[in-house]
Amino acid sequence: MWVYHARRLFSDAPVHFDAAVRILVPQIAENQHAFPVTIDARALGTVQRILLFADLNPIPLAIDYTPGPLAQPFVATRIKLDQRTPVRAAVQTGDGVWHVAGEWVDAAGGGCSAPPVSRVKGDWADHLGELHGRAWPGADDTRLRIAVRHPMDTGLVENIPAYNLETLTIADAGGAVLTRMAMHGSVAEDPVFTLLLKGHQSAYAVTARDTSGLEFKGIIPGEGVSSPRTPS
Amino acid sequence: MTLSRRTLIAGSLALPALGPLAARGETFAGTYQPKAQAIAPGVWMVRGVDAPIAFANGGAIANRAIIATDAGPVLFDPGVSLADGEAMAALALRLTGKPVARVYVSHLHPDHALGAVAFAPQIVHALPGTREDLLRDVEGFSDAMYRILADWMKGTQIAIPQGDVRAGEVTFGGRALRLLALCGHSHADLALLDTSTATLLAGDLVFHDRAPSTPHANLAAWPRALDTLAATPHRVLLPGHGPLDDKGRAIAQTRDWLRWLESALNQAADSGLTMSEAGMIAIPERFASLACARYELQRSVSHFYPALEMNVLPALKPE
Ligand SMILES: [Zn+2]
Repeated sequence: MWVYHARRLFSDAPVHFDAAVRILVPQIAENQHAFPVTIDARALGTVQRILLFADLNPIPLAIDYTPGPLAQPFVATRIKLDQRTPVRAAVQTGDGVWHVAGEWVDAAGGGCSAPPVSRVKGDWADHLGELHGRAWPGADDTRLRIAVRHPMDTGLVENIPAYNLETLTIADAGGAVLTRMAMHGSVAEDPVFTLLLKGHQSAYAVTARDTSGLEFKGIIPGEGVSSPRTPS
Repeated sequence: MTLSRRTLIAGSLALPALGPLAARGETFAGTYQPKAQAIAPGVWMVRGVDAPIAFANGGAIANRAIIATDAGPVLFDPGVSLADGEAMAALALRLTGKPVARVYVSHLHPDHALGAVAFAPQIVHALPGTREDLLRDVEGFSDAMYRILADWMKGTQIAIPQGDVRAGEVTFGGRALRLLALCGHSHADLALLDTSTATLLAGDLVFHDRAPSTPHANLAAWPRALDTLAATPHRVLLPGHGPLDDKGRAIAQTRDWLRWLESALNQAADSGLTMSEAGMIAIPERFASLACARYELQRSVSHFYPALEMNVLPALKPE
């Protein structure tokens, strides 16, 4: 499984372990269904792709982010962990080189193979695709936080086939794409994504698409509406 | 370099290894050696280690108390495992010359509750809410403890307290006890006042110089329980974790941490911090004496942050 992913993701490109990739994780996996990871590769300048993966997860890859020229190389979300595993960020710069950083994380089993809470409660369909979000305009960049209600089924739970969000796209008010991300079933249920877009827009059009082809859309009001405080 | 499985494993080795697994030797020789300290006439405390549950400490991190009575000693919290509970039973027998006659389980958490298996079920008492909590969660706790503590847990089967505790005054073996049925740290928290010595056993409602843990906490209810404890006259207070409090500061410290935690996490969410950033916020200088502060802050982020985020992320309209 991993060899397949490694070949597919990295092919023959050079790989370095690089402290310039900051991966921010807590010291304990308190909840193996939702382990928070923040990746900040701004020290590398312009990047092509950011991968978030856990070596020993049955679905190693969680996020495949292509920030593009209009977004900073910064992303955060929560992932499932199935056992004690390294959690890594791999960032590919313009020269094709992959820069990798990681942390060992000790986790109880079952993050990927336990049913989502909303499946147990049975209310997942009532809230499917509900979008929440907000923009925090900073001096140069705008932080976006986006929450999507989705069971993010891994396909590893008996009688529940894989069903997950697969892309998230942010466009400006005119519909021009600002940045896009692909994701897999190892992202936590009801995922929350944090992105850092360059500059300021009057509005951010969010489109999340899942593996059954459903599209969920919403508009985050941009500058002037949110609080001017900035976290970064 | 092509990233193959081998380079990946080499990469794994490049990361610092975690402690607990490395500490597990080939043969297991750990034994619990609880030490009793008299804190009032006929009352002893047994201090837990002020650290997270870990293989290195056998999970013996919760404070417990032994109270002598004519009918035999009362044990307030039996510990984390069969061997831990047995060690407490032996200690109580040594101190009082009588076998344990009553065990109170303060709340559901495994470091306090799982050692009940060392005692006859009918002498183990808890709040009805604690029994409900354990029926729901004890299997998961047991799995988690076996994973972390391995051989320390040998023979620890699931035990559910049989006796129901009701709030109020009771006399047991000639000793007057006041039982307080509270909540906040969990859905059902038992505290006990030994009336004649004014010794208050607070369970995990109070932490002292050790950051409070919040996996089942209700931050609205917890301060009300602290009000009740503060209004219960006492000479010394044994917190669930951390040193004995004979200066009347542990309740206020617990309250201060919880109030800060709630407002700091709300502020973090409202400023747009990610969940891992929220776990890295500065901890005020006044909490410098608290053990496990960063660890418990990050656990609390996991417990509360997803809900707090939803309070500050407005629903999006499609157009
Ligand atoms: Zn507790």
